[in-house]
Amino acid sequence: MAQVQPVLELTGVSVAYETPKGPVQAVNRVNLTVMPNEIVGLVGESGSGKSTMAYAIMRLLRGNAGVTEGAIRVLGEDIYGMDPKTLKKFRWNKMAMVFQSAMSALNPVLTVEMQIIDTLRVHKPEMSRAEAQRRAGDLLDLVRIERKRLRSYPHELSGGMRQRVVVAIAVALEPDLVIMDEPTTALDVVVQRSILDEIQAIQAQKQFSILFISHDFSLVSELASRVAIMYAGRIVEIARGDSLSLGRRHHPYTEGLLRAIPELTADDVVIEGIPGHPPDLVNLPSGCAFHPRCSAVMDICRTVRPEPIVAGETLMECHLFTKQEVSESGS
Amino acid sequence: MRYVLQRVGFLFLSIWAAVTINFVLPRLMPGNPAGAMFAKFQGRMTPMALKALEAEFGFNNQPLIIQYLHYIGGLFTWHLGLSFLYYPTPVTAVIASSLPWTVGLVGAFTILSVFVGTSLGILIAWRRGGLLDSVLPTTFMFLQSSPAFWVAFMLLFIFGFTLSWFPMSHAYSNSLVLGFTPPVVVSIIYHAVLPGATIFLSSLSGWMIGMRNNMINTLGEDYIVFAEAKGISGGRLLFSYAARNAILPQVTSFAIALGGIVNGSILVETVFSYPGIGYQLTSAVSSEDYPLIQGTFLIIALSVLIVNFIVDMLLVKLDPRVRTGGVSS
Repeated sequence: MAQVQPVLELTGVSVAYETPKGPVQAVNRVNLTVMPNEIVGLVGESGSGKSTMAYAIMRLLRGNAGVTEGAIRVLGEDIYGMDPKTLKKFRWNKMAMVFQSAMSALNPVLTVEMQIIDTLRVHKPEMSRAEAQRRAGDLLDLVRIERKRLRSYPHELSGGMRQRVVVAIAVALEPDLVIMDEPTTALDVVVQRSILDEIQAIQAQKQFSILFISHDFSLVSELASRVAIMYAGRIVEIARGDSLSLGRRHHPYTEGLLRAIPELTADDVVIEGIPGHPPDLVNLPSGCAFHPRCSAVMDICRTVRPEPIVAGETLMECHLFTKQEVSESGS
Repeated sequence: MRYVLQRVGFLFLSIWAAVTINFVLPRLMPGNPAGAMFAKFQGRMTPMALKALEAEFGFNNQPLIIQYLHYIGGLFTWHLGLSFLYYPTPVTAVIASSLPWTVGLVGAFTILSVFVGTSLGILIAWRRGGLLDSVLPTTFMFLQSSPAFWVAFMLLFIFGFTLSWFPMSHAYSNSLVLGFTPPVVVSIIYHAVLPGATIFLSSLSGWMIGMRNNMINTLGEDYIVFAEAKGISGGRLLFSYAARNAILPQVTSFAIALGGIVNGSILVETVFSYPGIGYQLTSAVSSEDYPLIQGTFLIIALSVLIVNFIVDMLLVKLDPRVRTGGVSS
């Protein structure tokens, strides 16, 4: 394999929130790479640190949250080593983000056109107004919204259209990496489907990488070439998208998630949940954070935290696996 | 457009209601103004004159509906009767001579207060936790919590009485003939400083703190984070994205506060003997000048309704969601 520079590279990244109860370790020494043109999924329960990680990559963490260790590189550049001016240019030119709450990501008092033009002109001051307007129209074409919608205000658009506008703004400057934080969560399944199809089509056309964050396991496994599973701030497994079925061996947490997906064609639908609750991030369980809920728990899990086993592009963090088993199941 | 027509319709409806209530109220009271005036003259007025007065005020024994029609007709011809206090000056003339003072003083300083308070609110929210943000709210909170009449008396006592920096009463110097000449303008501004400062200081903090809170809420909105991420910064982010949205509740508060402005003008104009509509109203009440009271009420009600209408129209301009009534097309 030739040396291809990863688009996104996280090495040992931790993010903590300072709270009166003590620091909350929302992201805990995470390693993850995203290669050019790759779609990587990031799955986990609410509160597992997915969004925090996305904000950390964009360097948009606010207030009491901060990266405490590790390095985040996008296209080889250290995001936290940049001065604010460089960062401002770099962001959106090279990496963009579609927010979780796309419904409220648009300014209610400006037209769609203004909000797209603002984005273009702030990064390309030399662009003429007419050209920016033309580009805005092209972008709406790209996300399949009629051009006459340029004059609309956000409240005049449906939820799906608003989400498409946000996607259009995200790809406006043709970035190399787009982080999508639950982009379709607030929408119904039909609209969800059509937006995902469009995202895939745009991605194929414009060639960029996507870090797709979701709690919808089946959605992500279909879309992404690799899926990272996050639990209590750690990535416990990175698996190939096509290997995500119950026939293969996976991390007990991943298997729990897989069992929770209803099978539409089965006669008897048996859905199993994972017993228990996500852990308190201030007071993590000893050893493996998942052990109180794990069905295959061993003595060692209660005291020793498993180390990540990396095999090629996959990763496993569980005492049940040896390095050899991981490389076999991952290939 | 439909919204604008709706508001215009509502404006006329509420004006009609105000006019009608203004007609009904004095007639619900026992006795009538002519009787009150008759009593005031203590027998030196003949019953004939009383009859004439009653006719003049429209209080005769005609059916109410006829009286009502006369009253409405009088409004259209701008005839509100004669003032007792300044007999035989028509009420409209009294109002015409006092209304400009109130509009000038109370209007100008209220708008100044809204403008300065809102701007300061934007500034201290933007520099949240900074020096200004810790000093200004506390200082102005103190002023806000002191009653306006107390502020007025203190200003009057310190700057008018003790230091004699500013005149203690009236709207312009008595030695001048009113006209649009430089000395008169200077004198008017000079006389407006203390009452203006009272209005300004006692309402400033409300606008500032209100705007600060709106701004802080707005700055936490997703579209601000999104705008920041996509590279919008500085003035554009502050004004077009944050303040443009944060100011909307402020405009609504302004409409609600208008009623209070009338109260404020009564107080300030009385303390500073300022010849505005509030001052006229207090003199009219203390001398039982019914026609003047009625006329003043009418003017106050009309101004509040009209300014509210203007604010409504402003809101249409500022918030696209109001235009369609919040319904997506």
